[in-house]
Amino acid sequence: MAYTKRLDGRSMDQLREMEAEIGVISRAQGSARFKIGDTVAIAAVYGPRELHPRFLQNPQKGVLRCEYDMMSFSVAERKRPGPSRRSQEISYVTGKCLEPVLDLNKYPNTVIDVFIYIPQANAGTRCAGICAATLALADAGIPMKDLVVAVSVGKVGEKIVIDLTKEEEDYLDGATDIPVAIMPRNGKITLLQLDGGVSKEELKEALILAKKGCEKIYEFLQDTLKKSVEAAK
Amino acid sequence: MKEYVQQAVKQERHIDGRGLTDYRSPITIENNISKNAEGTARVKIGKTEVVVGIKMDVGEPYSDSPDEGTIIVTAELLPMSNPLFESGPPGIQAIEIARIVDRGIRESKYLDFKKLCVKKGEKIWMVLIDIYTINDDGNLIDAAALAAIAALKDSKIPAIKEDKADYGNLTNKKLPLDEKNLPITVTVNKIGDKLLVDADSREEEAVTSRVSIAVKSNGEISAIQKGGEEGLTQEEVEKMIDIAIKKREELAKLLK
Repeated sequence: MAYTKRLDGRSMDQLREMEAEIGVISRAQGSARFKIGDTVAIAAVYGPRELHPRFLQNPQKGVLRCEYDMMSFSVAERKRPGPSRRSQEISYVTGKCLEPVLDLNKYPNTVIDVFIYIPQANAGTRCAGICAATLALADAGIPMKDLVVAVSVGKVGEKIVIDLTKEEEDYLDGATDIPVAIMPRNGKITLLQLDGGVSKEELKEALILAKKGCEKIYEFLQDTLKKSVEAAK
Repeated sequence: MKEYVQQAVKQERHIDGRGLTDYRSPITIENNISKNAEGTARVKIGKTEVVVGIKMDVGEPYSDSPDEGTIIVTAELLPMSNPLFESGPPGIQAIEIARIVDRGIRESKYLDFKKLCVKKGEKIWMVLIDIYTINDDGNLIDAAALAAIAALKDSKIPAIKEDKADYGNLTNKKLPLDEKNLPITVTVNKIGDKLLVDADSREEEAVTSRVSIAVKSNGEISAIQKGGEEGLTQEEVEKMIDIAIKKREELAKLLK
């Protein structure tokens, strides 16, 4: 059966409802919670701080360390607490995707730690995590060239859609998931993964859709940051 | 900071001005942390925040208790919640919190393990109680224990399909909880020669010993854990228990 109408009634290019909150963890330098649909991410930033053990220190530039994980009860089938191969890979690509907006040369011998946890998951958790992390970095007052904004796009049945739900990812006729992160100011892609099968044309279409979606999320994140700065005054 | 704390406590107050046996306020309890859990709770005591989620799974009973379900408690002290917490497998502090919460629930008989039996000798419910710290501003033990109880109260048992839990399909059945056995854990700390509850993270550095006490609705004590470097006289332990018995009522009232 052709996928003509989305399971939750959204249009093909429509994001789920977003919510965001800044400064949710008092012990951290910066923190944020980001919700898109039923997916929730919390992020906290510590640093720049001294990096231990010392042999990991780089006298030329600071180190960005990222840790992403899902809480055991965030998914229907309990996830064992502690890092998995999946979460370690996501931690790694998340770090790489955030690094281009930071000037780590300013912080030799130190580490900036970014922690991301998912209390409730309904697809797109790494992208929600990146949005939460970008807010937390801004909240921590770490100079950034831009925000990094992420969303997943993909193909459900034969349709290119944005911000897939779990139900869509599990679509019987097959689904392709493409998480994308973008630095909106220069339009560069800093995270790109794909899981499934698409043609070159479909990928092109998906990336255009991702860019459009990221612009909307970008506006929302900037708005959230502005409001938090105003509230602090 | 340590001296500052000691001075304040000497004058019968916390550094934020409350009395020694006052908890920070407000203490809040919320549910709805994850739609994919059988039950959840978020407890905030002052700025301290802990979340607990319950997942259930069908398993095999232990051979010495063929007709009883069981609980498994884990605690993750997320490095997000305290600059001193490190990534990696649970350290002793996390294990201790999980064990204290486990004993408080298990020994109080608050959760009726016999009613978690699906088929004697073959299938039982395992109740997995996972604790995550979000922000550690002190007194994680009381926050974790309270959140665990609130999450148990919030839980609904999944349906069973072909001997497995059918997670998409929660029944309306609540967990078999016996309210007269409801355990509440209160940690009483000692700083100088004074006793106090609900130390925040700055005060915890000055604590020389602490005792966590789980007290049931009927006043019975179901679990105790002493921590800290210094010894306590019996008189002090008795005083701590009196404080715990009194404070438990306040915390119990916050639960729905």
